[in-house]
Amino acid sequence: MNKESNAYIFIYASVMVVLVAILLASANLGLSPYQEKNKQNEKMIKILGSVGIQATPADAEKIYNEHLVKEVVLNTKGEELSVYSKGKFEKGSQRAFDINLKAALKKIVKGEDGALPLFIFEAEGTQYYVIPMFGKGLWGPIYGNMALETDRNTVYGVNFAHDGETPGLGAEIANPPVEGKVVFADQFKQKKIFDEAGNFTSVKVVKGGVKSQTAVLPANGVDAISGSTLTCNGVSAMLNDNLKNYVNYFKNIK
Amino acid sequence: MAEKKEKEALFSPKNMKLITNPLFIDNPITKQVLGICSALAVTVKLEPAIVMALSVTVVTGFGSLIISMLRNSIPNRIRIIVQLVVIAALVILVDQVLKAFSYEVSKQLSVFVGLIITNCIVMGRFEAFAMANKPWPSLLDGIGNGFGYGWILIVVALFRELFGSGTVLGVKLIPDAFYEMGYVNNGLVILPPMALFAVGIIIWIQRARNRSMIED
Repeated sequence: MNKESNAYIFIYASVMVVLVAILLASANLGLSPYQEKNKQNEKMIKILGSVGIQATPADAEKIYNEHLVKEVVLNTKGEELSVYSKGKFEKGSQRAFDINLKAALKKIVKGEDGALPLFIFEAEGTQYYVIPMFGKGLWGPIYGNMALETDRNTVYGVNFAHDGETPGLGAEIANPPVEGKVVFADQFKQKKIFDEAGNFTSVKVVKGGVKSQTAVLPANGVDAISGSTLTCNGVSAMLNDNLKNYVNYFKNIK
Repeated sequence: MAEKKEKEALFSPKNMKLITNPLFIDNPITKQVLGICSALAVTVKLEPAIVMALSVTVVTGFGSLIISMLRNSIPNRIRIIVQLVVIAALVILVDQVLKAFSYEVSKQLSVFVGLIITNCIVMGRFEAFAMANKPWPSLLDGIGNGFGYGWILIVVALFRELFGSGTVLGVKLIPDAFYEMGYVNNGLVILPPMALFAVGIIIWIQRARNRSMIED
């Protein structure tokens, strides 16, 4: 067959593409268990990080199980759907860890009730409530974990991550803690998610700085990052949209 | 005996030149000035630089081998597309393997593994060498160029990590006593421009020692 004929080119290209597709698909299938494991470890490290516990991929699972009091799955009415503790289910059959938060939030936006994850940890004798969060940044999804103290109002720690925010601007939300420096996530420490009257306000990211305005109380606001208004608005919206779902639950157990 | 004879042929002086030339006198970064972007981006720390160097070597080596084996069947009109498919497939494989077994590093390298696809070294070697040579020399040429790219990356990364962060492979090398005496890590070294200076200095040294590298 003539190497430069159209038929040859079409057949050559098709066969090549099919072969490459088979190769890549099987590589993906074969490697995905390892990749999943890595993602799970990372999720555990991030959740633990919001409570201030350091972990490495090697010992993440062990440390996670050591500090975990229980994983709760709840709905927006504040009812517990499922409780997982010490390796077994006390109620229901779904682990909060396995919940796809994006899908759950989508359901809530549509007006249905979703199943939301909540993690309760114990570190040095104190209990912390960790709420995973998911939202929209400027270029793609942003996510994070917020740890609340035992009063379920004061923020103990928080961390953020993103898929594709602008480096040097929006991406700064995910800066890891540095000794002697206040990174974006550090500002959230000791902020409150309820106002003095006990109404839910969430923590707002304020453009221009908390000090320059009066609409948001200093206890409920943090300073935005210059040049990344849209990412910071996304963080504000994410905090509000995720935390509000837990208000009923927190009121129920008070 | 027969085996030994074959080996001698495999690593004949001509073939060995295919590996050693790209290391120095025909280095992809310092002589051909290819792959500069990633040389700036992944050399802040040593570990990602090593992984990047290995990844590129795997892609150039195996890619050259595959292209060279296919070279007589590739229709001339779509040869660039065929080359790209081979590169892309290899890069995705490398990326998947890194995500499975070296997750932290793959996160640090982030988009740059994907960008090996557009690394001019790979395309350049396929077009210039693998399309016209037998598989074995092509494999050697690919590996040689990968190493040539790699050692520059590693030297630059070593310099930048040591003077920028005071560590090598994450291990602290500069003792605390130095810091107490007033030594500070050089923040400029962390920034991309310093990688250009470092590459420039390497080019300078190479050309000062080997006059034949200087273009007219």
